[in-house]
Amino acid sequence: MAEARDATGQAPPIDLPGTAGNGAAAQGESQWPLWEVFTQKTGGEPHEHAGSVHAADPEMALQNARDVYARRGGVVSLWVVPSIEITASQSEDAGPLFDPGADKVYRHPQFYKIPRGLKGF
Amino acid sequence: MTEEELNAAFEARIAAGETIEPKDWMPDRYRTQLIRMMSQHAHSEIVGMLPEGNWITRAPSLSRKMTLIAKVQDEAGHGLYIYCGAETLGVDRSELVDQLLSGKAKYSSIFNYPTLTWADIGVIGWFVDGAAIVNQTVLAKASYGPYARAMIRICKEENFHKKQGYEIIATLARGTPEQKAMAQDAINRWWWPSLMMLGPSDTDSPNTAELMRWRVKRKTNDELRQRFIDLTVPQADAVGLTLPDPNLKYNPDTQHYDFGQIDWEEFWAVVKGNGPCNRERIQARRDAHENGRWVREAAEAYAAKHERRSQPTAA
Repeated sequence: MAEARDATGQAPPIDLPGTAGNGAAAQGESQWPLWEVFTQKTGGEPHEHAGSVHAADPEMALQNARDVYARRGGVVSLWVVPSIEITASQSEDAGPLFDPGADKVYRHPQFYKIPRGLKGF
Repeated sequence: MTEEELNAAFEARIAAGETIEPKDWMPDRYRTQLIRMMSQHAHSEIVGMLPEGNWITRAPSLSRKMTLIAKVQDEAGHGLYIYCGAETLGVDRSELVDQLLSGKAKYSSIFNYPTLTWADIGVIGWFVDGAAIVNQTVLAKASYGPYARAMIRICKEENFHKKQGYEIIATLARGTPEQKAMAQDAINRWWWPSLMMLGPSDTDSPNTAELMRWRVKRKTNDELRQRFIDLTVPQADAVGLTLPDPNLKYNPDTQHYDFGQIDWEEFWAVVKGNGPCNRERIQARRDAHENGRWVREAAEAYAAKHERRSQPTAA
């Protein structure tokens, strides 16, 4: 779902939120954690993945997400989620995982019979 | 599946017009080519703020100043959209920034030219953003999902950039003779570099065939350049200014404008670091990175402090 950094299937090489600066990099040179950004557009739509931002903490993530993805308006709500907290399905599993089970005919309304001549069921 | 089978399945997906997403299997070469293209593109947006930022303090009116600030802010946003897309390929953003600051990574040659007068700001919006729109509209259909989505976002904002630039030029063109001359001078200086910005000629672009096959690129550099020229000539005519190419004329057979020889030696010199402003641009980025160090350190210290405080204390 999310374009998280584990795109290669490797463990994401990012620090956990709150541990920024504890890595080997010099102070001020470490990479802030990555956050996935979800925006809700006006009109009661669901939150949709917009992209990602780097930030040291949740407040900064929200502020950066606002500046990058909601700067031009058209957004009424923002979510930010640490990328590392997202578990995504693997694309190679997509076939069996999302098989709709079309052979289960009893899941479809056409399977059931109603009296002939009945209108507006 | 073996590497060969994976490769065949990938090529089949591309051929079927499917979009490739970050977690999908892709050949290493597809990944590295995209990282190269996307990071160059992102760097261009970031460095592109410099020539225009040069005129923010000297914009001729408050209205023009507000517009220019908004435009430069957009460019920063565009850089961030594309860095975010590039990161989905498994590369770290700080690595990309390091490559820019060390001079290892390339960015668009056009931003190594100086902005000498206010008219340059108009011409940049009109030509440079105009050429970028031609390129990015096509990239919005690229096979890699995150890149295509970043382009869609960018294209929505880019039209404002081109239009405000063209309006600056149109205003100068109907102003005093000095203002009109200033606009013409800016056009004369920026026209050829803008054509070069769309990349080397197809005969000299070794990556094109592969990128076209993978649908990363959908049009060749020469096709994009021709489209940009065809769009721009009537726009110049409409404001009574001329493009500095005596060979520029409409060809009824091809239904395109023929144009003169591009000085590719100049292009390669600029790409290799010898344009008028290459050193200045990189130095400005390095200074910005250094001067921002204390902000990064402070934000990290603040986040660490809050993290400690929110930890439940042992009973």
